[in-house]
Amino acid sequence: MQAIRSNLTEQVLRTSGVNVRKCMRCGKCSGSCPSYDEMDYHPHQFVYMVEKGDIDALMQSSYRCLSCMACVERCPRGVAPASLIEAIRLMVVRQQGQNHLKADQIPALLDKNLPQQAIVSAFRKYSK
Amino acid sequence: MIFSYYPGCTLKTKAKDLDIYARLSAQALGITLDELPEWQCCGAVYPMAKDEIATKLSSVRSLISAKEQGNDLITLCSACHNVMKQVNNDMQSDVVIAEKINNYLQPGVPYHGETRVIHYLEMLRDKVGFDVLAQKVKNPFTGRKIAAYYGCVLLRPASVMQMDDPENPVIMENFIRAIGGEPVIYPYRNECCGGYVTLENNELVGKNSVKVLASAEQNGAEMILTACPLCLYNLDKNNADHKVPVIYFTELLAEALGVKNEGEKENAGN
Amino acid sequence: MQKIGVFVCHCGTNIAGTVDVTAVAEALKSEPGVVISTDYPYMCSESGQNIIINAIREHNLTGAVICSCSPRMHEVTFRKTATAAGLNPYMLEIANIREQCSWIHKDMPTATAKAIVLGKAAIAKVNLNVPLIAGESPVTKRALVIGGGIAGIQTALDIAEAGFEVDIVEKSPTIGGKMAQMDKTFPTLDCAACILTPKMVEAAQHENIKIYSYSEVAEVKGFVGNFTVKIKKKARYVKENICTGCGACMEKCPQKKVSNEFNLGMNNRSAIYIPFAQAVPKVATIDPDYCTMLKSGKCGICAKVCTANAIDYTQQDEYIEEKYGAIVAATGYNPISLENYDEFAYSQSRDVVTSLEYERILNAAGPTDGKLVRPSDGIHPHTIVFIQCVGSRDTSGCGKQYCSKVCCMYTAKHAMLTREKYPDTDVYVFYIDVRTPGKNFDEFYRRAVEDYDVHYIKGMVGKVAPDANGKLMVQASDLISNEQLHITADMVVLATAIEPDKSARSLATMLTASMDTNDFFTEAHAKLRPVESPTAGIFLSGMCQGPKDIPETVSQAGAAAVKVIGLLAKNKLTCNPCVAHSDEQLCNGCSSCEKVCPYGAITYIDKEFKRPDRTIAVRRVASVNAAVCQGCGACTVTCPSGAMDLDGFSNRQIMAEVDAICR
Repeated sequence: MQAIRSNLTEQVLRTSGVNVRKCMRCGKCSGSCPSYDEMDYHPHQFVYMVEKGDIDALMQSSYRCLSCMACVERCPRGVAPASLIEAIRLMVVRQQGQNHLKADQIPALLDKNLPQQAIVSAFRKYSK
Repeated sequence: MIFSYYPGCTLKTKAKDLDIYARLSAQALGITLDELPEWQCCGAVYPMAKDEIATKLSSVRSLISAKEQGNDLITLCSACHNVMKQVNNDMQSDVVIAEKINNYLQPGVPYHGETRVIHYLEMLRDKVGFDVLAQKVKNPFTGRKIAAYYGCVLLRPASVMQMDDPENPVIMENFIRAIGGEPVIYPYRNECCGGYVTLENNELVGKNSVKVLASAEQNGAEMILTACPLCLYNLDKNNADHKVPVIYFTELLAEALGVKNEGEKENAGN
Repeated sequence: MQKIGVFVCHCGTNIAGTVDVTAVAEALKSEPGVVISTDYPYMCSESGQNIIINAIREHNLTGAVICSCSPRMHEVTFRKTATAAGLNPYMLEIANIREQCSWIHKDMPTATAKAIVLGKAAIAKVNLNVPLIAGESPVTKRALVIGGGIAGIQTALDIAEAGFEVDIVEKSPTIGGKMAQMDKTFPTLDCAACILTPKMVEAAQHENIKIYSYSEVAEVKGFVGNFTVKIKKKARYVKENICTGCGACMEKCPQKKVSNEFNLGMNNRSAIYIPFAQAVPKVATIDPDYCTMLKSGKCGICAKVCTANAIDYTQQDEYIEEKYGAIVAATGYNPISLENYDEFAYSQSRDVVTSLEYERILNAAGPTDGKLVRPSDGIHPHTIVFIQCVGSRDTSGCGKQYCSKVCCMYTAKHAMLTREKYPDTDVYVFYIDVRTPGKNFDEFYRRAVEDYDVHYIKGMVGKVAPDANGKLMVQASDLISNEQLHITADMVVLATAIEPDKSARSLATMLTASMDTNDFFTEAHAKLRPVESPTAGIFLSGMCQGPKDIPETVSQAGAAAVKVIGLLAKNKLTCNPCVAHSDEQLCNGCSSCEKVCPYGAITYIDKEFKRPDRTIAVRRVASVNAAVCQGCGACTVTCPSGAMDLDGFSNRQIMAEVDAICR
């Protein structure tokens, strides 16, 4: 179990390119996040949980990040929590049959004004 | 002045206005927007993962095409702009990604981020000049209180986008002044509307968009300008209680320059 | 032939861990001139030095090579050892096998081979050494202190008390610095002005101290013990020795819309002004950028109302040249500009202020007469949010990487002062860590939390959004309860990072004093020599050397003063005898060396030479002032005829070293 867990951490760090040790636990990322209340785990937590190797819990809940880059822009250490959560989400959706958004869900979500951009970006983020 | 132009998929379909008015205005300003001969959808969000290249390829193809044309590359949609600039930055500074992509695409000459990507607004500011633009305005928006909505991806991450101060930008406000309007400053102009999560969670989008609209309205805005079709969609959807119209900045530009009518004709024809 | 002793130091494991010191000693035994070669764990210790002394005496050594740490560490130590043994101290060379060898290599065979080569080069050099006698230079028994804040004032007072003359050069119209702008000081909550102004007055009245206010250092020449400094006294347009400081001119001056820098732009002053009521010297100054008379020739009201006739619109900048033996840098600090931190809305709302601005608001002599009101509408604030670490501990490139040290304490101070005076005002402090390392500091901060009900929240503010009603919507994280908080505040105070004064860098160039990438003056040794610059004769006092609070500043100021006194108490300083000299027979009078000398040590003289046929020829030859020459060697390299050479580092010696390395 320990070996698997540390494997996951390594995978996350490799995919994201983030150095989690730079984090000084200031919380500015969570202070800036517009989706804070919708998340189970918040930006300052993802950084800590990745460092600790607590990846499984994060893999259950990574779909509320808007990729708005506020945490990336404002972090005084250049840690980029958004990259971490994307790496974790990718670890889920890259698995077969694990897409969060499937093509046949789309027709129900369409309205006449919905820009292509929305569909494409949602697929980019939630599926492979 | 000639620039290569990457419209992006949405500008050819649901956001035609953004494109048509941009082209007409460019014409009126003596700028040629030379649409890239072949382009694909950029993907609409920048893929942050360091270990995949498939999602970056289409952007690199467009960048290489622009390089071959020998021009700077202009984009309009905030999302496309963010993807292009960030991918271009990867090709310049991330040795591993650049090598993998060059190996896969096998362009005649390896691409290392030589193309310069600029936003239409940067073109107005740096290549035309807001003072020159102001002189060409025929229908100034005198006395109109106009708020700029940047959204999140146009300015961030600032180290790559390098367009303006991400927390206190002035480029769109200066544009508004150039077309004769009075810019309205409000604190949520650089905060996310909710973006793609609109497909999943309307509540979150509602919360964020309402914050933006309310803030703009409270500070006296009569209308809100934006450069992103998704922002326009999200804000519009939640506008019921606010009634502050959200418009593409190119539409106002076209009106100011007196070429809007031709745009309406073109639109009707579509 | 010389009789050379080689002494290889282990330096504990610093050298011996990577270099096989016994093998080095063994290998060097067979070098030309070497009669004894040995190694020892700590050559610089008393027993190590005794080994050297005994060897010199026993073997009648004429030269010594120490393979050890950098000469910057112990060259002085070992030269003294040689002198104690009766050997000329300049017959000793150091091969640096630590900083240049063991500290940079990891592989023992490589490092050992390199150490042997370095030893060989040193031996080759010593074989050509000649005994040198160091000259002496006099010491001007006066000190210059650059900067008139608490650091500069304290240093000057301490030097003056020891009986030496001190000049203080301060660029603003009054001494006092940042401490004069403060309200109360931690951890005792003394009134800053009450403890500072007596010192300011003492400095002004002390017979050994001269204050050059509204002045700057324009040029520094010379070297330790013998500095010549040009001071620019900026024109005040007021005669300093006549003005009584009555203030009538300020009252009547019609130009009242000048941003008042003492109150950080929160209110205005007149074009002719005294910065604050307790200014020293209490003399008016005219701001030439705003004075109507100086700009357009119309007005002159101050001259009319001045009963002492002290106004002089024709006054010019004055340059004064003075000589000093020691110079102290005490240039202080400023809060950084907040242009990279506009998520906190500093440029968007007048109610978002820096801590120094808040200090002025609380101060009874400040822009609001000490009443706590919002700068925008004068209304009393009921909720104030303090944000720590704005611009400090930031490695992203927007701010400073270091911790500014004083902000945790002064924010606790602000919080307590606010709660004490206005119990109806709610105070929040968002912090990353609370750093309170000084004496009574942690107890001070705990009083804020436990006795004054200040809400300390571990977390950081992400955004401050001013709303249309003038309130500030603060969005922040609370990391302990895992919540995102939304606080409606009336005022936000930013604990802004500090940085050294902008004049420090050009001053460092003038003094040739080292400076780090943050523009703090570098000390000669971080632990053992914290108040001296590596440049001899330059000393450091206060924040210009690193962030520190007032208790530390005053301690350091005293330490700097003691070092200055130690220098000025000497009547003579030993010069460096490794100076340049020119061979008159070879010198062709081209002046290349004179042009290239950074110290102005070379001049040309006309000298008489006897030709072989007994007639006299007069030739122009170079002459080096050994007291000024610092032995840099630039002239030696520039000289086209090879006439110029450096004692102790002659061309022959350097070639011998190269030959030894290449062998």
